[in-house]
Amino acid sequence: MKFLSKVVQPFIKCMHCVLSVGPMPSHIGFIMDGNRRYATKNKLKQVAGHEAGYSALLSMVTYCYEMGIKYVTAYAFSIMDLMTEKFELLCRKDSFFNGYGIRVHISRNLQLLPQHSRDTANKLMASTVNNSGLLLTICMAYTSTDEINHAVEKCCQEKWVKNDGGIISLADIEKRMYMKIAPDPDIIIRTSGESRLSNFLLWQTAGSYLYSTSALCPEIGIWHLVWAVFNFQRYQLFQKKKNKHLK
Amino acid sequence: MDFSNESRVLHRCSAQIGNLLLLSLWHLVHSIIRICNFTLDIANVLESYLISSGLLGRYKSLHIAKLRYLAIVIESEEAYQTSKIIELLQWLEAVGVKHVCLYDKEGILKKSKDFILENLDGAILFQDAHENNVLLDQQHMTLEFVSFSDGKEAVAKAANVLFMKYSKSGVTDQNQKEKIFTESQMSEALKTVGSGGPEPDLLLVYGPARCHLGFPAWRIKYTEIVHMGPLKSMNYGSLIKAIYKFTMVRQNYGK
Repeated sequence: MKFLSKVVQPFIKCMHCVLSVGPMPSHIGFIMDGNRRYATKNKLKQVAGHEAGYSALLSMVTYCYEMGIKYVTAYAFSIMDLMTEKFELLCRKDSFFNGYGIRVHISRNLQLLPQHSRDTANKLMASTVNNSGLLLTICMAYTSTDEINHAVEKCCQEKWVKNDGGIISLADIEKRMYMKIAPDPDIIIRTSGESRLSNFLLWQTAGSYLYSTSALCPEIGIWHLVWAVFNFQRYQLFQKKKNKHLK
Repeated sequence: MDFSNESRVLHRCSAQIGNLLLLSLWHLVHSIIRICNFTLDIANVLESYLISSGLLGRYKSLHIAKLRYLAIVIESEEAYQTSKIIELLQWLEAVGVKHVCLYDKEGILKKSKDFILENLDGAILFQDAHENNVLLDQQHMTLEFVSFSDGKEAVAKAANVLFMKYSKSGVTDQNQKEKIFTESQMSEALKTVGSGGPEPDLLLVYGPARCHLGFPAWRIKYTEIVHMGPLKSMNYGSLIKAIYKFTMVRQNYGK
């Protein structure tokens, strides 16, 4: 179980006090990329790179929790296998998630996960369903285009059953997206210097501030998060000024 | 009683002092960020000048063939600056970019479409130049004009097209858990409703922040997204640098 030390936690609380003078994001998305490059750079095995990436993800979730951010979504495309292994441990009552009161939601296309992974993912969600803190959504076996396609399929299936002659509206599609459980992200943070969204939350990021850092996934830390939030605040203040001017 | 009033006043004063301190710290950090960004902007302007004047050799030859389709996202307030947009398109034409998609959320650029096409020698609409939205070699630049209605609303229209098609085909009898549509069928449906353009390789954002502002989601799966700053500050050197960096990124795939 990973808790912040007695030195780090008050420091983050102070950062939060300063940051919260301005508008705070309620939802941050992470594209955690660069575990293999980290392993190569540090002459480690690939597994060690993925473990380091997994630890970095948990650290970022902790920092977000301490800063009062309500929703975190992580694209686990590079650590999917490792995450599935960790699910059993994370289901325990004394696990990291239960210790922080974090509720976990796995955003995925069920059909693409093996049966064992599906079962442990469902078990993890059930074990944290009563937690009322931060909602952590882990996107596994997920692509945005599959999410959109799936939502359209569900709308069509329900319309066939209803047979009321109505049309499928945008609101109908949005109600059936995997990510309907959270508001649209305010910030997307991508590691390893890439500037693509890689088929992640394409539908939900129309108004999101896209922040890219050259740090590899295991190298990401509190300062990257703080920097992203300060730049988000600058964007928000600009938008506020613009809207005032338009009125 | 006096003591408890005094302690309440003291508590209130300390809270106010604390809030003032936090506010000062917040403003201080934002001032530091403004100074950092200003310094970076000056460095970028200098670099852009060096690129424009040809003094930086590596930017002289661009592998422009790697950039098959370019998208430009413009903040709607700046989309009224059609002369700036025409200048930008002229730079792109000079560099050799053949296919450009212009996007702004509110469709201001769509309304200025005729004016832009008239003022850009030989430019034609993408839809008029291509069958089935396939990119072909063209002598002249093709332009596509896109807005928010070509994104999410187009997906809703495509959903209705798919529903009509498959309710006629009898696929409704299938088990509800089975997949009915593939992504390529969704792409076809989007083409049918007029929103099935190619996926841009590179998307340049002219606005206050790096944000795609609702560019059609289906088309930016693996698109490189680069922030260029506000349109009013656009310069040729930054444009060349962004395109050059993109062509270099493409070269590193697979290494």
